[in-house]
Amino acid sequence: MIEGVTLFEIMSLTTILFFIGIYGFLTRTNLIAMLMSLELMVNAEAINFVAINKYLSPTVMQGQIFSLFIIALAAAETALALAIILHLYRLTKTVDVKEVKELKY
Amino acid sequence: MNEFSYIYLIPLIPILTFLFLGFTAKKIKEPVSGYIGTASLAAVFALSVYTAYKYFFEVGMVNGKYEPVLVMIKKGWVNFTDKLAIDLGILLDPISAMMLIVVSTISLMVHIYSLGYMHSDTGFSRFYAYLSLFTFSMLGLVLSSNLFLIYIFWELVGVSSFLLIGFYFEKPSAVAASKKAFIVTRFADMFFLIGILMVGYFGQSFDFETLNSESTIHMITGWIANHQIFSFMGLSIFTWALILIYIGGMGKSAMFPLHIWLPDAMEGPTPVSALIHAATMVVAGVYLVARLFPLFYHIDNGAALGVVAVVGAFSALFAAIIAFTQEDIKRVLAFSTMSQIGYMMMALGVSGYEGHEGLGYMAGMFHLFTHAMFKALLFLTAGAIIHAVHSNFMKDMGGLHKYMPISRWVFLIAALAISGIPPFAGFFSKDEILTAAFEYNKFIWFIGFLVAGMTAFYMFRLYFRIFHNKDTDYGDHKPHEAPFTMAFALVFLGIMTIIAGFIPFSELVSADRMPFHSEIHWTSPLVIGSILIAASGIGIAYLMYYKETDYPQKFASGMGAGYKWAKNKFYMDELYIFVTHKIIFDKISKPIAWFDRNVIDGFMNLLGVTTEKAAEKIKFIQTGRMQDYAMYFVSGVIAIVMLIVYFRN
Repeated sequence: MIEGVTLFEIMSLTTILFFIGIYGFLTRTNLIAMLMSLELMVNAEAINFVAINKYLSPTVMQGQIFSLFIIALAAAETALALAIILHLYRLTKTVDVKEVKELKY
Repeated sequence: MNEFSYIYLIPLIPILTFLFLGFTAKKIKEPVSGYIGTASLAAVFALSVYTAYKYFFEVGMVNGKYEPVLVMIKKGWVNFTDKLAIDLGILLDPISAMMLIVVSTISLMVHIYSLGYMHSDTGFSRFYAYLSLFTFSMLGLVLSSNLFLIYIFWELVGVSSFLLIGFYFEKPSAVAASKKAFIVTRFADMFFLIGILMVGYFGQSFDFETLNSESTIHMITGWIANHQIFSFMGLSIFTWALILIYIGGMGKSAMFPLHIWLPDAMEGPTPVSALIHAATMVVAGVYLVARLFPLFYHIDNGAALGVVAVVGAFSALFAAIIAFTQEDIKRVLAFSTMSQIGYMMMALGVSGYEGHEGLGYMAGMFHLFTHAMFKALLFLTAGAIIHAVHSNFMKDMGGLHKYMPISRWVFLIAALAISGIPPFAGFFSKDEILTAAFEYNKFIWFIGFLVAGMTAFYMFRLYFRIFHNKDTDYGDHKPHEAPFTMAFALVFLGIMTIIAGFIPFSELVSADRMPFHSEIHWTSPLVIGSILIAASGIGIAYLMYYKETDYPQKFASGMGAGYKWAKNKFYMDELYIFVTHKIIFDKISKPIAWFDRNVIDGFMNLLGVTTEKAAEKIKFIQTGRMQDYAMYFVSGVIAIVMLIVYFRN
């Protein structure tokens, strides 16, 4: 609970963050930038969990624990994604998704 | 258990021998496997004779009647309901005791004979293994205590017959013959199984003793009298069940029109023809009718028995006509077998039940016994001749009496026996049959009488053409007399053929199991007539075939188309091919196959093709670019959320 800040304001912030992430994911063609956008979306959700937990049911702790899980998972996911990107770069000498479209019909 | 508790050994020894020889066939060399098989069969023979002796003369007779002895190995072997169960039991009564003697004697003789006949054959051990399997199945069949057990062994003899007909499996004709025999008998057995189920359902038991008991017969006749049981074409369903069972018997016993497999079965080795296709397996149908005789006789006043008589008489005549024209000696004997089995069926069909009225039943069983002896002898002699001449055809023989004296005399004895000349075995049984038929129906008797003369003619046609007729030049390869083992079996069966007729059979085997006295009335016109017609058959054969004459050609051309029809077995094989190929395959199977391929498969293909076409149209949304997929996903989620929000309000 932060004094003078309402839940509405926090959730507005996270929604803006989330859609910035989506916009980045859909428009950037660099895989690293797409991964960063993905992280933005994940972090928006993590803030959501903590805020809703704190504002709506302060007696339980699930939301905060969940956000810890999300952070841990996001780290693991980033490591995996970076490994894939690295490997892709070795194969194709690029990290641009427009150039990588072998998996189609 | 009772004093016959050892009896399970009789079928057990051959099956163990089969397993032993079967597993070691590659390792044990000739003649050791033959000795093992023969020794085990000798043990079975000794046990069978002991059992039959003990049954007939010590244990079986209770208060002037032969009581059946039931040795139960496992009661409630397979349970259907509380009341209906299949037991694993052995039934010993006069006919099964008699069949024990027949099967074990002929089988032992064939084992001994084959030591010589199959000498230096590559499949020697396999042959003895199969013989043991057959002997096991046949002994099991005669000892079965209920219909299901008999059905199991019935199929087992079918399998061993299949294996032995196809023994020379490198010969395409033998393979075809074995398949034909198996399929035709299986086809008949389908009806047999339906019949068993119907009899079991209505009779509420599978046991022969329960089914044949007065209470069961009384119950069923009561239902028929009160119209409590379904009837079709004027005959009750139970009679139809018996007729279905009889169709099974017709298949195994080669009755018209299911006889077509028997002549082809001669592709097997000759000892096999003697054992299976002359003496034992083919009389299984006769045995089956005799087993269920009280049912056949009592239900619907013997309607099913009438069918037995007519089919038997027709087959006897039909086969005798074909036997006139065949050139292959084994085929003549095959048709003669069919004719004689028709005789036995006819005898059962014309039989009454009690006392002297049951003469036909006793005569049929008697003929089964004597026929087994002399027909096995005929086949084994034919085997010796084929062994010596290396041909099945009469045109390659002639004048053999100089080379094969033993075979000639035993063949003559057997031919006289089958023709019905006293004092040989066939005369007594055949005469009883004719007497019984005369009392039943003059027309059936006349067919039997005619067939007796025809039998004498074609048997002596065979005899004269093999042993006399022309002096064939055999070149460097002179025919030789059979070796000792073969000659021993021939002489033993020859002696049996001479003495078997003097067994007082009616004292031992009868329809109601009450011994009665029956003797030949030497002065009655029936007896004299049957001897005369047999003698005239032999006389005509003598005139036509003792010397090489042109009477046969004249006769054949005089008969014209009739001769051609008989020579081609009345085109029965062609008729079967026509019915199966032209009618069943072309008119039924092909439309069904068309329906399957085009309608059923077509529907499935339609589903597949539709999916494929649809996928072809929408595959372009799969661009392979990650952002496109993310776009679809995000817009899909937004659309769903908007829908939910819209409909919530």
